[in-house]
Amino acid sequence: MAVKSFPVEFSHIMMFARSVGDDNPIYHDPDYAKSSAMGSVIAPPTFVQASAQFDPDYGLRPKIGKPWFGSGKEPTGIKREPGGGGGGGGGGLHAEQHYEYHQPLRAGDVLTATSMPGKTWEKEGKRGGKLMFSENVTEYRNQKGELVVTARGVGVRTERPADPA
Amino acid sequence: MTTTLKTKDLKVGDSFTQRLVEDLKRTQIVQYAGASGDYNPLHTDEIFTTKVAGYPSVFAHGMLTMGMTGKMLTDHVGDGRLTKYGVRFTSQVWPGDTLDATATVQKVFEQDGEKRVEFEVSTKNQNGVEVLKGYAEARVD
Repeated sequence: MAVKSFPVEFSHIMMFARSVGDDNPIYHDPDYAKSSAMGSVIAPPTFVQASAQFDPDYGLRPKIGKPWFGSGKEPTGIKREPGGGGGGGGGGLHAEQHYEYHQPLRAGDVLTATSMPGKTWEKEGKRGGKLMFSENVTEYRNQKGELVVTARGVGVRTERPADPA
Repeated sequence: MTTTLKTKDLKVGDSFTQRLVEDLKRTQIVQYAGASGDYNPLHTDEIFTTKVAGYPSVFAHGMLTMGMTGKMLTDHVGDGRLTKYGVRFTSQVWPGDTLDATATVQKVFEQDGEKRVEFEVSTKNQNGVEVLKGYAEARVD
């Protein structure tokens, strides 16, 4: 993933915080935030995940005018080979996520994200056949070029859908 | 929140638990899809997920569970204080689940001239199944 410009906006932070059930005013009340130790609205710890919105190549967002694998008239808009469960055409499931925070992420910051592939490995799974893992490290820098967050994600693909736990 | 943890109040083994969600609704999963930009139909499209992907129902993004668990952490350590937060998604989270998250103090130490605390983090569903397991580190006073 490479994101040239990820503007961190107040209303996006508000909606993201709502979606994770977090009503902390530091995420939606500029007056409160101004009077707090942080001094301004900040983003919650996992917010950089929303950089997907600004990645032109992100595969799990319907592209205008292009087929989409979700249901419409038919259960899926794209016929594909059976098997390869988990991803549903979308690149597997999320196995791990790690963040290092170098400084607070603030509303008004504009981030760039650069990603590097990491290790890959395989494991025999119990519920979904063979598991194939791959790692990705993303650095998020602000408009001053300063490192704000380092993210390391691990994705997993399964041979078939995992049985429910 | 204005909480600030003080090293003198932190003992290894101390824990803090918070209810993250009771009876998780599909609508909240849709909210997370919209905010995060992860529109994978496995999380929001019951027809695709049951008929094509072969799961019993849609299920939550791992990152929704990580985000909700993050609220427990920031409510406990205060705003802008986390230095590290990492998790493994150990089981799926389904609509209807009720989740509780716990942070347990592992060590209190100094780094770069700052006082820090390291937690073990665990989120469990209503059946006691761990759905998320990880760690967090934060600056403390």
